[in-house]
Amino acid sequence: MDRRDFLKTVGAVGVGIAAADASASTAVHAPPDAFGVLVDTTACIGCRKCEWACNQVNELPVQPLEEFEDKAVFAAMRRPDAGNFTVVNQWPRQEHEGNVWAKVQCLHCNDPACASACLVSALEKQPNGAVKYDPWRCMGCRYCMVACPFQIPAYQYADALSPEVRKCTFCVERISAGERPGCVEICPVECLIYGKREELLSLAHERIGAYPDRYLDHVYGEHEVGGTSWLYIAGQPFPSLGFPELGEQSPARITENIQHGIFRRFIAPVALYATLAQVMWLGSRKDEVAAAAHKAEQHGEEHHE
Amino acid sequence: MSSHVHAAPIRMRFFTRGTWVLVALMAVGFCFAAVRFTKGIGAVTNLDNQWPWGIWIAIDIACGVALAAGGFTTAALAHVFHREKFEPIVRPALITAMLGYTVVVIGLLADLGRYYNVWHPMVPSMWSGHSVLFEVGICVMFYLTVLYIEFLPMVTERFRGRVALPGALRPLNGFVEGLLRLFDRTLGRIMSVFIIAGVVLSCMHQSSLGALMVIAPYKMHPLWWTQVLPLLFLLSAFCVGPCMVIFESILASRAFGRRPEMEVLGPLSKILPVLLFFFISTKAMDLAVRGQLYRLADGSWQSVVFLVEMGFGFVLPFLMFFSARVRRSPRLLFTAATLVIFGVAMNRIDVFLVAFRPVYATKHYFPHVGELAITTGLIAFLIFAYRFVVLNFPVMHVEDAASQRGEGVPHA
Ligand code: SF4
Ligand code: SF4
Ligand code: SF4
Repeated sequence: MDRRDFLKTVGAVGVGIAAADASASTAVHAPPDAFGVLVDTTACIGCRKCEWACNQVNELPVQPLEEFEDKAVFAAMRRPDAGNFTVVNQWPRQEHEGNVWAKVQCLHCNDPACASACLVSALEKQPNGAVKYDPWRCMGCRYCMVACPFQIPAYQYADALSPEVRKCTFCVERISAGERPGCVEICPVECLIYGKREELLSLAHERIGAYPDRYLDHVYGEHEVGGTSWLYIAGQPFPSLGFPELGEQSPARITENIQHGIFRRFIAPVALYATLAQVMWLGSRKDEVAAAAHKAEQHGEEHHE
Repeated sequence: MSSHVHAAPIRMRFFTRGTWVLVALMAVGFCFAAVRFTKGIGAVTNLDNQWPWGIWIAIDIACGVALAAGGFTTAALAHVFHREKFEPIVRPALITAMLGYTVVVIGLLADLGRYYNVWHPMVPSMWSGHSVLFEVGICVMFYLTVLYIEFLPMVTERFRGRVALPGALRPLNGFVEGLLRLFDRTLGRIMSVFIIAGVVLSCMHQSSLGALMVIAPYKMHPLWWTQVLPLLFLLSAFCVGPCMVIFESILASRAFGRRPEMEVLGPLSKILPVLLFFFISTKAMDLAVRGQLYRLADGSWQSVVFLVEMGFGFVLPFLMFFSARVRRSPRLLFTAATLVIFGVAMNRIDVFLVAFRPVYATKHYFPHVGELAITTGLIAFLIFAYRFVVLNFPVMHVEDAASQRGEGVPHA
């Protein structure tokens, strides 16, 4: 193969790779009018009605409401799982007698690590704030579960045929239809407040400002991992209520920056390809020259195959 | 073939006691796989919502891909950088990579909850360029294709000039023969494209495999979590590639009753101190820059694991490869190469399992017997398939045709 042919074939492959760059993505921003829920843990009475309502609206195995009145479950910390998208945990109240309760579910991150991880975009942040799951796209790799900093997505490990990743849906059908999420609607004490995330943030800061004795000056979810649609306020530090301490950058930004740094417009792979091709061609030229010289020398003795 | 050294199928009996052991291990794995596909992942694994990934990812996939690195490192050395003296090891390394990646894909199918959707990343409407796993998946798929294309010349070589169709098909012999020749020639002309593509694709996914866990900074032990994980994975793949070749070559020479190719392996091992130096120094600098060096002395079990991984898996063989005595002795060379393989395998397991700390951990993960059985079955299958290929295709180099002729042992 002569040099032009060689470079032509090599070049064609390079262009092919570059064309595949259509998948390069841009940074994810918090949708401007995302909805959210403000959870005021100082108001929660631990009635677990939200758990029941969630199971109702999501058609999860529904037990009678009375079963949710059982306070014995508070003995151990619980986590949401494939059959319960939300759970309420009880924590000792600091500096006072009694307990505090905190509801747990997907926080619907502004820049969700789970969605960034998913290789088929089965999880996606919707303009209304919900991080929505599409089982038809999902391959069941469970990388989203590895990525979520809150350990939220659960998996149907017992299902052999069509297991799903399961988590709070933010009642996406209800909120798209202008209704409130099931858990918010049932809450008897307005511990859960549904609205535009921006407005909820101002409300949270208003409350903190008005009752500095009641609240800690920290809205959990305002900045954590790039901000979340669900926000929490509390009277004691969040780690004492089972919340992880997290930085302000979404883990999605770290990997995507590396990924885009290396693969930006496929410059690095194409350059590597071109360099290797050049090295290979130069080397083979040298070999050919050497072989030709060798052949010329031995001409006559050499027999043909 | 004009040269006195060429590749040829090894002539020996396929089924030995060892082969039957492999068959037994494969059968056990197969039974557990049957349970996995009828009763679900939960029935044969200890995975749960805290521990979404287990040894199927850490060993079958992460170690599998790393240990198949011999394929692209030797292809780069022998073909791109024209170190022709390494030619004899290119084909065995290529076969290991081809079969290794095949096993990686089979292992992946067991781990995917919806394995029948494994083709989804190829559909443009599902492309997710933001996902590291997407990059890994696409590269592995392309690379596997490249590996099979690189294997084709061995197939045409095997049958060229020997086409002998039975009975009524006999008149077609000449035609098939001609096709094979044409195919072989075309392939020979464009093969360089695939060789380079294989090297580039390997560099891409070996590093991306390291980037996978970068997305879980809050769930990883700081001794292993770093933004330079992709670079570390790439550098350690460079290290383990030649070591796998040395390991396999010496092992194969025993299994097939041949002399170890020390005249190739010795020079090959000369580059290892350099490669290992890059890996060890990058790792040390990373720990220093992140201010985590003090953790090495904190006495936690993770620090012990880390020191064993680095000490025995990288630093010790690094020192060994310096010595000419080690490079000349098959036994010592084998030991040093095995240490690096141990180090890299341990590093992958450490990154994917040991370093992983669920936010709300209530238990430790230890593989279920089903996970172990399926993984063992896959490894057995790999060795079984390797044996089949080298006994039937021109993979291994023979010194002269005479030593192979006249043994008369039928091969499978
Ligand atoms: S909390 Fe977890 S599952 Fe929910 S959006 Fe954030 S990363 Fe995804
Ligand atoms: S399990 Fe499904 S949703 Fe989660 S990352 Fe994999 S493909 Fe995406
Ligand atoms: S928003 Fe809907 S899915 Fe989520 S916890 Fe509330 S009721 Fe359950």
